[in-house]
Amino acid sequence: MRISIPLNRIRPELTSSQNRVRWEKLRSFLFGSRTSYGLVTNVLLYMVLIAIGFVYLYPLLFMFVTSLKSPTDLLNPMVQWIPSEVYAGNYEKAFRVLNYPQTLASSLLISVVPSLIQAVVASVVGYGLARYRFPGKNLILILLLATFIIPAQNTVIPQMLTYRRYGLLGSIYSLILPAVGGQGFRSAIFILIFYQTFQSLPKVLEEAARLDGASDLTIFLRIAVPAAVPAYIISIIFSTVWYWNETYLTVIFLEGGIQSLPMQLSKFVQAYENLYPPGTVNIFDRLNEAVKLSGTFLNILPLLIIYFVLQKWFVESVERSGVTGQ
Amino acid sequence: MTQRVSRRRLGLTYRAREALGGYSFVLIWIAGFLIFTLVPLGQTLYYSLNQVTVSATGINLRFVEWNNYTRALFTDPTFTSLLIEYAIETLVSVPIIVIFSLIIALFLNLKLKFKGIFRTIFFLPVVITSGPVIQELVAQGATSVPGLTLPESVTSFIADLPVYLRNPIDYLLTSFILILWFSGVQILIFLSGLQKIDSSTYEAASIDGASAWEAFWKITLPSLSGTTILVAVYTIITLSHFSENKVIKYIYGQTYAVGGGIGYASAMSFLYFFVLILLLGIVYFLLTYRAKGQYG
Repeated sequence: MRISIPLNRIRPELTSSQNRVRWEKLRSFLFGSRTSYGLVTNVLLYMVLIAIGFVYLYPLLFMFVTSLKSPTDLLNPMVQWIPSEVYAGNYEKAFRVLNYPQTLASSLLISVVPSLIQAVVASVVGYGLARYRFPGKNLILILLLATFIIPAQNTVIPQMLTYRRYGLLGSIYSLILPAVGGQGFRSAIFILIFYQTFQSLPKVLEEAARLDGASDLTIFLRIAVPAAVPAYIISIIFSTVWYWNETYLTVIFLEGGIQSLPMQLSKFVQAYENLYPPGTVNIFDRLNEAVKLSGTFLNILPLLIIYFVLQKWFVESVERSGVTGQ
Repeated sequence: MTQRVSRRRLGLTYRAREALGGYSFVLIWIAGFLIFTLVPLGQTLYYSLNQVTVSATGINLRFVEWNNYTRALFTDPTFTSLLIEYAIETLVSVPIIVIFSLIIALFLNLKLKFKGIFRTIFFLPVVITSGPVIQELVAQGATSVPGLTLPESVTSFIADLPVYLRNPIDYLLTSFILILWFSGVQILIFLSGLQKIDSSTYEAASIDGASAWEAFWKITLPSLSGTTILVAVYTIITLSHFSENKVIKYIYGQTYAVGGGIGYASAMSFLYFFVLILLLGIVYFLLTYRAKGQYG
């Protein structure tokens, strides 16, 4: 980084010591010093970050812009990034095709209810693992990791057949029951989050309560749970999002019953043609990519809202919960 | 007080009482593990050794030994090629995701303004990534790098490559952003790993005359070796469990297909699981082997 141009050659009227001071100042302003990065370094850093950020957001921008294009804009090769008019027609169609109010409600149901249960169960199990010594604990921790690794399709078919036998297929119980047993979608992660959280809490309060005669359950409910509120919030929002986006399990367990937003999106073409049969509608009402992308955007819109409202919880969570402690 | 007396009468030591308490907290998980993981896993294994037909009255099994496995491995050309493709794509994606998330984490660990905004951007995909959404975006060509057009000499060179080399390159070009989209959680894991490194180590190194470059290779990277393994394992598992994964889609399709069936799909699930373990093993071995060779 050090560029050595003898300055007295450029401005010979300055003495060499003055030169050096000025040059040093300029150098640290441009290239940074021990305490700051300097202008050039900063500009470069921001440029790289903005470029990567743009590439990262490109699919989203593309989706949003395309979803606002009218059919004429889509055919017009001159219109790339800025539609000639804001056209809401795609959204109207996608809204109807997705059967939005109903699928949104069921998506909320199938993501919020199992995640609440999952968080409660994970906290109980995590507490047991963190605070008690008992034979077989290490085995349980290993099996816990195994449940994280085993792919869903290795266990899903017998479950599906069992649910079918008891008439639970297509109902929310097929998602709730595994969550109750701590085997919900990515339960292992949440159990480990609670395990870490409870391990890092000081033990003193609990010991004091035990001396005062509090039972194990009271200690858990009165002391451990209030101290672990952040872990609960993190678990609930993360598992809500993951349940919302999960389609492999929901398609197998819920198909024919509850219809979630992502499930409806994957059948978009079919659903569109039911509403607007091809051949009977005019050319502007044919299915095009703008309508599909409107549907996709409507699909992620609730998640985007959740994300931007709870942003702090999402991004600080991994550090806060100490998942990385191991 | 009465409680304590009664407990003592039961003749339990402190140890046994503690174990009992622990089991009562963990019991629900053990039950769930048996019902929802172990038993179905065993059943799937059993199905994989049978020809399974589902009728209105129940399930009919016909024992066929390892036929489902040999069929998947030796007579079904689609499955083996998908499996190899999956293995190669995973081995290509994992280093990209690990290195990319490390670089982003290093950036976000600097003293910058608007760090929060960038962090928000890089974590966003984690929130919105679901199978159908990704499928739509890939179908509309939104996941390849914008403005990237390769010169003809390069495209024809790629076209001449053998298929096992060509596929991963094609995959890289068409879904590069998608690969990056899988690094949201990994960036945060690295970031928290970076923040755990004691800053006094850097100060000591800089007093001894180490440049930032040297400090990165001699302090940052070795301190992150555990984090790197965690990130690599997490990456492999998320990629392998993603519902748009071609092998998973194929297995799912075969479950209900006329020529396939539950037994065949179960056998393929186990083969897939085996390859997943193998990949985890390879990556774990490579990372720890290097670390041992250099630092221990």
